[in-house]
Amino acid sequence: MNDEPISLLNAGGSFTSSPELPFETDSTDVLALYNDMLMARTVDTEAIALQRQGELGLWPSMLGQEAAQIGAAHALLPRDIVFPTYREHGVAWCRGVDPVDLLGLFRGTTLGGWNPTENNFNLYTLVIGAQTLHAVGYAMGILRDGDVGTGDPDRDRAVLVFLGDGALSEGETNEAFVWAAAQHLPVVFFCQNNQWAISAPYSVQSRVSVAQRAQGYGFKGVRVDGNDVFACLAATREALAAARAGQGPTLIEALTYRRNPHTTSDDDGRYRTLAENDAWAALDPIDRLRTYLQSTGLLNDANVEDISRRGKALAEHLRSGCRALPVPGHASPFQNTYAELPDELERQMNEHLEFVEAAE
Amino acid sequence: MTTMTSRMPIAHALNLGLRHAMEADEKVMLIGEDIGQLGGVFRVTDGLQKTFGDHRVVDSPLGEAGIVGSAIGLAMAGYRPVCEIQFDGFVFPAMNQIITQLAKYRHRSEGAVTLPVVIRIPVGGGIGAIEHHSESPEAYFAHTAGLKVVSPSNPQDAYDMMKLAIRSNDPVIFLEPKRNYWLKGDVSTSTTTPSDLDRAVTVRKGTDLTLVTYGALVPVAMKAADVCQEEGRNIDVIDLRSLSPIDDKAVVASVQRTGRLVVAHEASRSVGLGAELAARVQDEAFYSLISPVIRVTGYDTPYPASRLEEEWLPGLDRILDGIDRSFTY
Repeated sequence: MNDEPISLLNAGGSFTSSPELPFETDSTDVLALYNDMLMARTVDTEAIALQRQGELGLWPSMLGQEAAQIGAAHALLPRDIVFPTYREHGVAWCRGVDPVDLLGLFRGTTLGGWNPTENNFNLYTLVIGAQTLHAVGYAMGILRDGDVGTGDPDRDRAVLVFLGDGALSEGETNEAFVWAAAQHLPVVFFCQNNQWAISAPYSVQSRVSVAQRAQGYGFKGVRVDGNDVFACLAATREALAAARAGQGPTLIEALTYRRNPHTTSDDDGRYRTLAENDAWAALDPIDRLRTYLQSTGLLNDANVEDISRRGKALAEHLRSGCRALPVPGHASPFQNTYAELPDELERQMNEHLEFVEAAE
Repeated sequence: MTTMTSRMPIAHALNLGLRHAMEADEKVMLIGEDIGQLGGVFRVTDGLQKTFGDHRVVDSPLGEAGIVGSAIGLAMAGYRPVCEIQFDGFVFPAMNQIITQLAKYRHRSEGAVTLPVVIRIPVGGGIGAIEHHSESPEAYFAHTAGLKVVSPSNPQDAYDMMKLAIRSNDPVIFLEPKRNYWLKGDVSTSTTTPSDLDRAVTVRKGTDLTLVTYGALVPVAMKAADVCQEEGRNIDVIDLRSLSPIDDKAVVASVQRTGRLVVAHEASRSVGLGAELAARVQDEAFYSLISPVIRVTGYDTPYPASRLEEEWLPGLDRILDGIDRSFTY
């Protein structure tokens, strides 16, 4: 099995078509991809700064994974639904989630942050791999709703679930693959193989590539250059189209690299080298797309200025929005634990509120 | 649906409750191992796949996390899945999904997403089974915020509580007393409102001592009360029905009249439902207590090999012994 990742936009920024993965640059809003990748990086950069300033307790950076996330997200239709891990800040951006709402979980003002039903973008999942099964269940629901394989472009929908290389070792991910395959479900598993599960390298997880694993379950596995936004977009488009058409699941492996530590609390100097990091920095997904845009004349002074202005506004929105995130009320832990507050919980809530009031 | 009353065992009452819930709401579906063609190892879902089809009665692959995890996704998509876990001891692979995901999602989404998932689990011992087939895991679930935990003890409750659990917008752990699956009783499918899902029921009125239990031990408690009656002791027997939330008002009101409390359950003693009830009763009815709260329970050991289960389980004699200890304190 040829396991070389499919690449359409190489590190030097030049586009080469591939018979394995059809993609037309003409029918793609390449500038929008570039804009969203830069906005994702802005969110990430600002969030790290906010963590350093003590405004966030923690931040899981996505630096280096912009092509994978923006490429995958641009393949989605609004009615498709996304199940993210906790690092899909770029996907959240593309789905229309206010990036300030991403900060709440890490600032300690909420356990969620947004209404998952508004943008078909579910809450972040911190327990590795757990969301793969939710995606499978949701896909079972879509199938039962009859919204798969009708051929009606306004009706068919699919599920896109994100996972990392670490999740490949979890039992629940195995169950998700088994169920998706056996039931031929409209779900696409998008694995960002960023090669490090905190300090565990991919070699600890597997002797074969992520994509190769799909074969054992009986569905298609595709391996793409995860720093190539065209390849990520094309592979996800194809997989989602197949899923919506009732052709079953696909596992996409986007081979990329997590250039920052696992989170702001991690020290990656203890388990990997700067040289490795530098080598991946040279493969930066945004740099190569910029080179491509410049070479094709799509980037000009006006839109460069425009994107820069938007980036600055977004950064300011994050800085002021973060500090303005409301601290939840004293009663909030008790609310929405159940549909109706049970008697004992009401007693505990009143006890707590009286205690807080007396202390104030 | 016409109202009818007939005599049937708990397993059939559960089946009827599922059937009527599925007739009433097309979003209700069942998912579990061997529940379709086979009808479940205890036949609780017998015939339902034939009536409702394999899209609504899903024979799942072998994976308990998958059963609960996919039920979560189905609930997010607007369905009301009822999961079957084949035996009590096999629920543990699903605990991550139950505790970290199912129980918390409503809270995390600030009420935007409700997960009306029912997880049916046959529980308890007394059937001479091999290991992992006789356990009482209720305290794990009752300790988890966001879950409701209930256990019917008779066919009428099995029918009513199944329908109520499916209608609940909170996840419900539904514990079925497996040794009494074939215990018969009258079941009315009357549409008049049955007792709320989270209310205890006094199944025998008495004045001298409060005996609280649930599930498979309710009939044993009733026998104990009969024996006590012959000795001139009137026992108030409460079937707890809901283990989370606990209807402590019913228990406290009873203890305020009787002054004595015995709690019986098959599950291990420490940090169990009995301990919780003892704590709540001393909190609310301290001056009513004539004697300490007595717990008659399984021991803090692994469930024993089945040749020993009769003496290990809190049976009639151990419950009577607990009642004696309360009276002779």
